Amino acid sequence: MIEDSGYARTRRTLSSTAKLLSALNLDGPLLVGLGLLALYGLAILYSASGQSLDTIVRTLIRIALGAAAMLALTHASPNLLRRLSPWIYVFGVLLLLVVELTGVMGKGAQRWLNLGIVRFQPSEVMKLAVPMLAAWYLHDRPLPPDWRAMLALAVIIFLPAGLVAMQPDLGTAALIAASGALLVLMAGLSLRVVLVLLLLAVGGAVAGWHVLHDYQRDRVLTFLNPETDPLGAGYHIIQSQIALGSGGVFGKGWMHGSQAQLQFLPERSTDFIFAVVGEEFGLIGLLLLLALYLFIVARSVWLAMQTNDTFSRLLALSLALTFFVYVFINAGMVSGLLPVVGVPLPLVSYGGTSVVTLLAGFGIVMGLYSHRKLVGS
Amino acid sequence: MDSRVRIKDHWNEQRIFTQRTLGAVIVIALMMLTLIGRLTYLQVFRHDYYAELSQGNRVRLDPIPASRGLIFDRNGKVMADNEPAYQLELIREQVPDLNDTLRRLTALGLIDRDELEDTRRMIFSRRTFDSVPVRLRLTDEEIGRFAVHRYQFPGVDLATRQTRHYPYGQLGVHALGYVSAISVQDLEHIDRVSYAGTTLIGKLGIESNYERPLHGRNGFREILVNAQGRSVQREGVFAPELHSQAPLAGDDLVLSIDLATQRAAEDALGDRRGAVVAIDPTNGDVLALASKPGFDPAAFARGLSRAEYAQLSDDIDKPLFNRALRGTYPSGSTIKPVIALAALTYHNVDPNRQEFCAGVFHLPGSAHLYREGKGGKHGYVDLERAIARSCDVYFYGLAATIGAEHIADFMAPFGYGAITGIDISGEKPGLLPSPEWKRKAFKRPQDQIWFPGETVNFGVGQGYLLVTPLQLAHVASVLAGRGKSFRPRLLTGVRDLDGNVKPIAPTPLPPIDGISSDAWDLVLRGMVGATTYGTAAAISKGASYAIAGKTGTAQVFTVGQNEKYVEKNVAERLRDHAWFIAFAPADAPRIAIAVLVENGGFGASAAAPIARKVMDAYLLHEATSPAEDIAVPESQASD
Repeated sequence: MIEDSGYARTRRTLSSTAKLLSALNLDGPLLVGLGLLALYGLAILYSASGQSLDTIVRTLIRIALGAAAMLALTHASPNLLRRLSPWIYVFGVLLLLVVELTGVMGKGAQRWLNLGIVRFQPSEVMKLAVPMLAAWYLHDRPLPPDWRAMLALAVIIFLPAGLVAMQPDLGTAALIAASGALLVLMAGLSLRVVLVLLLLAVGGAVAGWHVLHDYQRDRVLTFLNPETDPLGAGYHIIQSQIALGSGGVFGKGWMHGSQAQLQFLPERSTDFIFAVVGEEFGLIGLLLLLALYLFIVARSVWLAMQTNDTFSRLLALSLALTFFVYVFINAGMVSGLLPVVGVPLPLVSYGGTSVVTLLAGFGIVMGLYSHRKLVGS
Repeated sequence: MDSRVRIKDHWNEQRIFTQRTLGAVIVIALMMLTLIGRLTYLQVFRHDYYAELSQGNRVRLDPIPASRGLIFDRNGKVMADNEPAYQLELIREQVPDLNDTLRRLTALGLIDRDELEDTRRMIFSRRTFDSVPVRLRLTDEEIGRFAVHRYQFPGVDLATRQTRHYPYGQLGVHALGYVSAISVQDLEHIDRVSYAGTTLIGKLGIESNYERPLHGRNGFREILVNAQGRSVQREGVFAPELHSQAPLAGDDLVLSIDLATQRAAEDALGDRRGAVVAIDPTNGDVLALASKPGFDPAAFARGLSRAEYAQLSDDIDKPLFNRALRGTYPSGSTIKPVIALAALTYHNVDPNRQEFCAGVFHLPGSAHLYREGKGGKHGYVDLERAIARSCDVYFYGLAATIGAEHIADFMAPFGYGAITGIDISGEKPGLLPSPEWKRKAFKRPQDQIWFPGETVNFGVGQGYLLVTPLQLAHVASVLAGRGKSFRPRLLTGVRDLDGNVKPIAPTPLPPIDGISSDAWDLVLRGMVGATTYGTAAAISKGASYAIAGKTGTAQVFTVGQNEKYVEKNVAERLRDHAWFIAFAPADAPRIAIAVLVENGGFGASAAAPIARKVMDAYLLHEATSPAEDIAVPESQASD
C-alpha cells in the first residue's frame, strides 16, 4: 500500500488490461491500430459528409456491429471455422444468386439484398468466404498445390467473382479474386505459373475490353487521359487530383477543404474520401493515415506468422494482404495511379457493409492467433 | 504426375510461408513507395498548379459596375446622369407553380402574351436558382401594379439596374451623343475584363469620345460558389476570406455648352432642318451645337426595337444625322468677308473704288453671264457696301482678280477644307477646291482643267466649295478674333467628387498673320453694315449690342441661263440652303455663330433671325440672371 507509486499503478492497470484482452482473445496492438484508424476516419467523415451527424451515427452503428462480429469471431477456434467454411461459402453463393435474380436497384447496379430492416451486400460475405474455402481446401493438401488443386481453386475463386462481376461490380469482384489469388500465391504457387497467368490476364484484358459496359470502358479510357472529358467521366479524377494537390504538405485544415466542402469532389464521403484527407490534412495527414494502415497490415501479418496450421496461416495472411490491396487500390485510384473502380477506403469510407466484414475479418485473424496452440488436425 | 502419394511436409511448408511472406512485404514496401511518390508529386511539386485550379473552382468574380460620370453644362446643370431602371426578375426554384405564375403575370399585363413562350423557354434555359429577367423597362404604373400584387408572386421581384438619364431629353443630343448596349463590334476594341458588369457604352458625341473617363473603373466582389455554380455564403463551417474592390466612379465632365443658348438655338430652328453652332471666340468653347431634327437619346439607352430604329434611320429628315459636324453645303456669300480680306492682302485693292453693279457680271473672254444670286442691282458699291449688301457682281470681279490659287491658299488657315479638331468624332472636312485639287480629283483630262468661270463662282461661295456649320462657326470665330482663334472644344473641365472643377486650358491655333489692321477694320465695318443697313438689317432691330454678320445662300439647284430663280416654283427640298454667320458684340466679340437652315431660302430671312435669338440668349441672359433660368427671353426675339 505504501509502495503504491504511480508507476506501479500503471503497471497494474496495464497487466490487468492485458489479462482482459487475452480473456477476450483480442490482440492489443491490432485493436489500438484499428481504434485509432476508426477515430481518424470518423473525424474525416464528419468533415467530408458536410458535418452530418446522421452519417456519423450510422457509421458508429456499423462499427458497433463490426465490433460485435469481431468479438464473436475471436472465440471461434480454427477447427470450427474450417468446418464452417464450406457452408458459409455455399450460403454466400446462394445469396449472390438471389441478388442476381431479384436484386434491388442501387446506384445503377444490382448489389443489395433488402432484408427489410437492413440492406445487405452478399458480395461482402464472399470477401471472407472465398479465402476461407480456399484455405479449407488447401489445409489437408501438400503445398505447393498441384495442377488439380489449382483447377479446384480457380473454380472456388472465380465462381463468386464472376457472379459479382455480373452485378456488375468490377471493383468488388477484383477484390474477391485478389483475396483468393493472394492466398494461392502465399501457398507457394510456382512463380513460373504466376508469370504465365499474368500473360493470360493481359490477353484476357484485351479480350475483355469487348465485353465491358460502356461506362467501364470510359473509366479505363479517362484513367489513361482524364483531360479528354473534364466534365464527364474524367471529372472524378481531375477533381480528386485538384483536391490532393491543392492540399499541399499541411492541408487546408479540418473542414476547410474547398474541393470537398463545395462539392467539387464527387463521392467525397465514400470512394473519394482519401482526397478529402489529402486536401484538409495535406501530405502529413495522408502519411499518418498510410502509417496506420501499414501498422495494421504488419501486425496482422505478424499474427499470421505465429499460427501453426496451414488453414490459419493462409487465411490470416490472405486477409491481411487483401486489406492492404483495398488501401492501395483506393489510394491509387484517387491519386490517379489506377483507373477509377468503385473500391472504398477500408474503415474510413462511408456506407456499405464493408466495415462489418472488415472488422469480422480482423476478428478471425485475432481468433486464429489466440487459438494457435489449440489446433489439431 | 507420378502415382506416388504426396504427403504434407511441414518443414517445407514453413519455408514456403516465410519466403512468400517476405516477398509480400517487399512488394508492399514497393507499392507504398510508389504511392508516396505519387502523393509527393501531387502535393509538393504540383501544389501551386492545383492550388490555382482549386481557387478557380470555388471563387467567381462578381463585377460591381462603376457609376458612369455625369455630364454638366458650363453652368453646372446636369445634362446626363444615371437613374435606376426597374425590371421584373424570377427565380424558378422559389416559384411554387411556374405556369400559374406566368399566367397571372400575363393577366396583369406585365408579360406580353406573344412573348410568353419565349419567356418560359428563357426561364428553363437558366439554372433554377438564377434570377431571370422576365420583363424589362417597367413603367411607373406597371411598378405600382406589381407592387400591389407582389404578395401573390413568391419568387418574383423587382430588380434595378443603372441606366442613363438625360434630364433635358433631346436638348443637345448631337453634342452629347448617347449610350446604348455594348455591341459585338464594341467588344473588339474594349477591354472585356474592365467592362465586365457594364451594360452601356457611349456611342456618339461626348458619351463616346470621353468613354474612358466617363466609364470609371469597375469593382469586383469575390463570391464563393459550389460545384453547381450556386453562390453560397458559407458551406458548413467552411467560410474562406473573400476579397472585394470598390468601383471607382467615372469622371464628371463639364462641357462648354450653355444650356440656355442651346435651347434658344433648338427652339429657334423649330421644325426646320438645320444646324446652329455657337463658339466663344476668346477660347474656342462651343456654347451651342444644335442639329435638327434631333432624337431622344434615352431611347438608345433603353434599347430600341428594330422598328423604332428603322423609323429613325429611314426618316427622310435624317434625325440621326449630325448636320452641324457632318452636313456639307456650299458656303454661299458667307465667304465674302474672307474673299475681301484676300483681295486686300494679296492685291492691295482699293476698298474705296466704286464698282457699278447692274445685276450681271461679264467675264472677259467668255459669253457666260454671272448673275446676282438674289437678282436685283446694287448700283455703285465700294468694298464695304459690297460686303454689307452682298453684291455678287463686285465679288465676281474680285475673285477673278485674285485668282483661284491665291483664294485657296488664303482660305486654308481659316479652317476651310479641314476638320476643326473639335473633341467629338465624325466631323467632315468639307472641300476647299483649287486648280491643283481639281487635277488630282478627276480622272479624265478634260475634267482636270480649272475654268476661269469657276474662279468667279468661287468668289461668291458656289461651285465645289463645301463647308460644315461647325467650320463656318469657326470662321466666324477667326473673323471675330482678327485672325486669332482656338480649337473648338466641348470639354472644359473635369469635376472631382467634391465638386471642384479642374479646368482644361483652351488650345490656341496658329494666328493668321499678314493681314493689315485696316483690312480687318474694313471687313468688320462691312459685316456690321450687313446687320444695320445691308442684307440682314432686320436682325439688329432692338439689339443692345452691335452685330457683325454675313448672310449666305447656297444653291441646291442651278438656275438656267435665262431663268430667274423663283422661290415658290421650286419644290421645297430643292430650295436653297440659308446661311448666316455672325459675331457679337462687334467691338469685343464673345460669341461667334453659324446658322444653316436647309432649304430655308435666303439667309437673311431664314437664318439670321435664329442667330439673333441665340446671341440674345447668350449675351443678355448672361448679363441679367446668371445660370438660374434657362428659358429664352421671348421679348428679345425679333425677326
